[in-house]
Amino acid sequence: MSCEPWQCAEVAATKKANPITKPEVAVALIKRAVHPILIVGSNATDRYMEGRQLIDYLIDFARASKVPVVATAHMVNEFLKRGFEPAAFMSAMDIGNRLADPEWQGLDGKGHPDTALFVGLPFYMEANILSGLMHFAPELKTITLDNMYHPHASWSYPNTTLEDWAKNLTVMTQKFEGGN
Amino acid sequence: MTTKNVRMKIDEMKTSTGLIKNLEISIGKVVDDSWTEPMGPTPMPSLTTLRDWDMKLLNRYKPFYMPACDLCCLCTYGKCDLTAGKRGACGIDMAGQSSRIVLLACCIGAATHAAHSRHMVHHLIEKYGRRYPLDIGGLNIKVEAPITRLVCGIKPATLGDLEEVLEYAEQQITQALAVAHTGQEGNNLDFESKAFHAGMIDHIALEVGDIAQVSTLGFPKAEPEAPLVSLGIGTVDITKPVIMCIGHNVIPSVGIIDFMKDNSLTEKLEVVGLCCTAHDITRYYNRGRIVGPISWQLRFIRGGFADVVVLDEQCVRSDAFDEARKVHAPVIAASEKNCMGFKNRTDDDTDEIVSDLVSGKAAGVLILDPEKVGEVAVRVAQQVAPIRKKLKNLPSLDEIMQQAKTCRQCNICQRSCPQDLKLPQAIKAAGEGNLAPLTDLYEYCIGCGRCEEACPIKLNIHSYIIKAGEKFMMEETNYCRVGRGAVQDVEIRNVGSPIVLGEIPGILAVVGCSNYPKGGKDVYDICREFASRRYIVVTSGCSAMSAGSYKNAEGKTLYEEFSGEFTAGGVLNVGSCVANAHIAGAAIKVANIFAKRPLRGNYEEIADYIHNRLGAVGLAWGAYSQKAAAIAAGFWRLGIPVLVGPHGSKYRRMLLGREDKKEDWEVYDARTGDKVNVGPAPEHLFQTVETKEEAMVTIAKLCIRPNDTWKGRSIKLSHYIDLSKRLYGTMPTDIDLFVRTTADIPMTMKDEIIKLLEEKGWKETVIPDPTLLPRMIRKMKE
Repeated sequence: MSCEPWQCAEVAATKKANPITKPEVAVALIKRAVHPILIVGSNATDRYMEGRQLIDYLIDFARASKVPVVATAHMVNEFLKRGFEPAAFMSAMDIGNRLADPEWQGLDGKGHPDTALFVGLPFYMEANILSGLMHFAPELKTITLDNMYHPHASWSYPNTTLEDWAKNLTVMTQKFEGGN
Repeated sequence: MTTKNVRMKIDEMKTSTGLIKNLEISIGKVVDDSWTEPMGPTPMPSLTTLRDWDMKLLNRYKPFYMPACDLCCLCTYGKCDLTAGKRGACGIDMAGQSSRIVLLACCIGAATHAAHSRHMVHHLIEKYGRRYPLDIGGLNIKVEAPITRLVCGIKPATLGDLEEVLEYAEQQITQALAVAHTGQEGNNLDFESKAFHAGMIDHIALEVGDIAQVSTLGFPKAEPEAPLVSLGIGTVDITKPVIMCIGHNVIPSVGIIDFMKDNSLTEKLEVVGLCCTAHDITRYYNRGRIVGPISWQLRFIRGGFADVVVLDEQCVRSDAFDEARKVHAPVIAASEKNCMGFKNRTDDDTDEIVSDLVSGKAAGVLILDPEKVGEVAVRVAQQVAPIRKKLKNLPSLDEIMQQAKTCRQCNICQRSCPQDLKLPQAIKAAGEGNLAPLTDLYEYCIGCGRCEEACPIKLNIHSYIIKAGEKFMMEETNYCRVGRGAVQDVEIRNVGSPIVLGEIPGILAVVGCSNYPKGGKDVYDICREFASRRYIVVTSGCSAMSAGSYKNAEGKTLYEEFSGEFTAGGVLNVGSCVANAHIAGAAIKVANIFAKRPLRGNYEEIADYIHNRLGAVGLAWGAYSQKAAAIAAGFWRLGIPVLVGPHGSKYRRMLLGREDKKEDWEVYDARTGDKVNVGPAPEHLFQTVETKEEAMVTIAKLCIRPNDTWKGRSIKLSHYIDLSKRLYGTMPTDIDLFVRTTADIPMTMKDEIIKLLEEKGWKETVIPDPTLLPRMIRKMKE
């Protein structure tokens, strides 16, 4: 487990993500959130762990945690194929831009998200959006559920193996009511 | 108003008072105002002339910044930490700093194109004279320089006229660059406005460069059916001496080709090009070959195909010489902007230079005389080729498998790879005798070589990929259409009405570099999808090459499958980077030729027309450079949206509209002065998309314009909905924002959409004569 940026040159400056040392930390952060959202990118079908695709783990987690999902790129199609309807689908830039707008009242119009979970975008693209939010949405807590350390998030898992990643996502799902 | 220098030169004249020799008189400038079109309001705009227009766009398409660095390190007050709202010692905040970097990128890009064009114009004037007439399409083109006419209010007729245009461009680039100095601009939107200005200037520079070379060098002149040219390393006859030219400025390549023609050597040697020089070589010489996009320099140099490497300017790898030396290929640097540390041999004896390069006494030379470049390159290639052909350049498969066994599986190669390619697994498999995973990476690798730089035991990982993919490389035998140059006036007349009314659903310009997220096939797929849907597809630069690098089920490349005409279902390659001017030029000509809007110095009105009526979208799927940023900025100021692939998010700033903010989408109805809500059309001005599927849906949506007739809107919506359903598996959720009357609804989807509209509480609205400019309102409401 290493808290070095997964892509070596994506170094942080004066602010660096807190490491999520165990999945319970992430769960506590999410349970504390009033308006959390989960943003899922196009790598969700490219990453396999223990014979399952990342998207399948995320559907389990979203169902258990009830965190609304925003599917970016064409991922809505992949969710729908699996019988899961995301709360919204839009481009990664659009959701990033909305999160940076303090007046935006969220997907349901009930309040600006206070916690945004990111997972499965191309590393560099996710890093850029997280950097934008670090600077222009300082009140927003950003958490990545990837197995790659993202220095510009508020909280990030360290670089971890696929096996540990699968374990982390499974534990997170189980810690929510409705998780198996 | 056109101005011209008057110069008179007398070599020898006998008079009653004596003999006069070499007399040269210059009497400055005289006004030539033979162009009867009245001057518009903004000829040769300064930094702030079009600021109001920029702000209209920037208030609708607000910047979303994604800083690549939290610090500012540009002055000695710093480093300053600008994180999360902090200001630096000079007072700048992160929004200001981010927009300042955008401006810097656009200035670098504009300066690069202006310097390229300046070099060519200077050289061509020296060769052909100032009075050499500009001709980019004969009788088929009356509006020869739409951008120049629009921005400068000048109608250039000769090569010499282009100097005045360049003087203006150079002056404006200096002004814009000065803005980036500490203690100048502080407001981010003002920085952005100046970035737009730099982009507009960039387009002028592009236009000057291409019309100069098209006019003088015998390139295709706006030819829809320009010939097809071989594309791919597999098309090169490597049994002959091969000269490989890399870069963008064709002048040294012209020297090479001319020398070959003059000495009847065209069948004896191969001249091939990488990147835009390749396009322009093939525009000049029908035996030229396009090897491929610029990102694959390492691939082609290391492959050892080139017996001589000639470097001109722009996008040339800084280590091109080191790489060429490894394969014993002599290098000739031919541009003042890219001297490579070589000794300047321009004034040396040609025999001596040839001898030094052939013997290895000099591995590289700088020659700034294109004719001398030509002779040296050809003679050296002929002499070194027989020796070089015996050399082995890439590691053997056995060597790869042996070396791969030493890999420590530290992952640092993958963590340094921009594509996050699974290199450790591929190398591990190679060590176990299975090269298939390495071969699979060939298509996705962008050829940067960062993996090797990072490897702690210095494995030649990129060479392994090339060798493993060698079979694919040698099978690259495709076709590209030679860059045709401009779009004819008659083509504009033919499609003006259906484009503006929306019946041709859009113009898609697929341009720019090859920093693709998953190989070049995405470019082909996107082009083919939209050409099949009867959009007009325009290509240029490296994207034009990638578009031609794949075949359909019948074995035909895109350029064989579709016509090169600027019409529905056409796929046009306009040419090299500088030929991008013809894409902006075509948009401007629609406003001028079809809609009869005055062009001369009338920027705002033309941009307003294009933004509200012309369903054009740029896609730079692999954009990487500052030049691409400047080109994009020129399109932004014209109100044309630009999409970039995922790596384009590294440009650090998007210009995004908000479809959920209804108040952002009002225009004036020029007929009445009423404000009309037209919905998010187009939704964004600069946007990163993540996958080709997302690109396709977004392109269809971004072609929607307020001016669409009900028939046009219906066609555009049917494409948007069809692509959404196919690629997203669902109906778009924002259809209600684009339906103005029930007549807009595609016939086959009427019931489904009306139900959706009812659920959303949709209300019918009018189709306005849209404008963002109050002065365009013909009758103000009382």
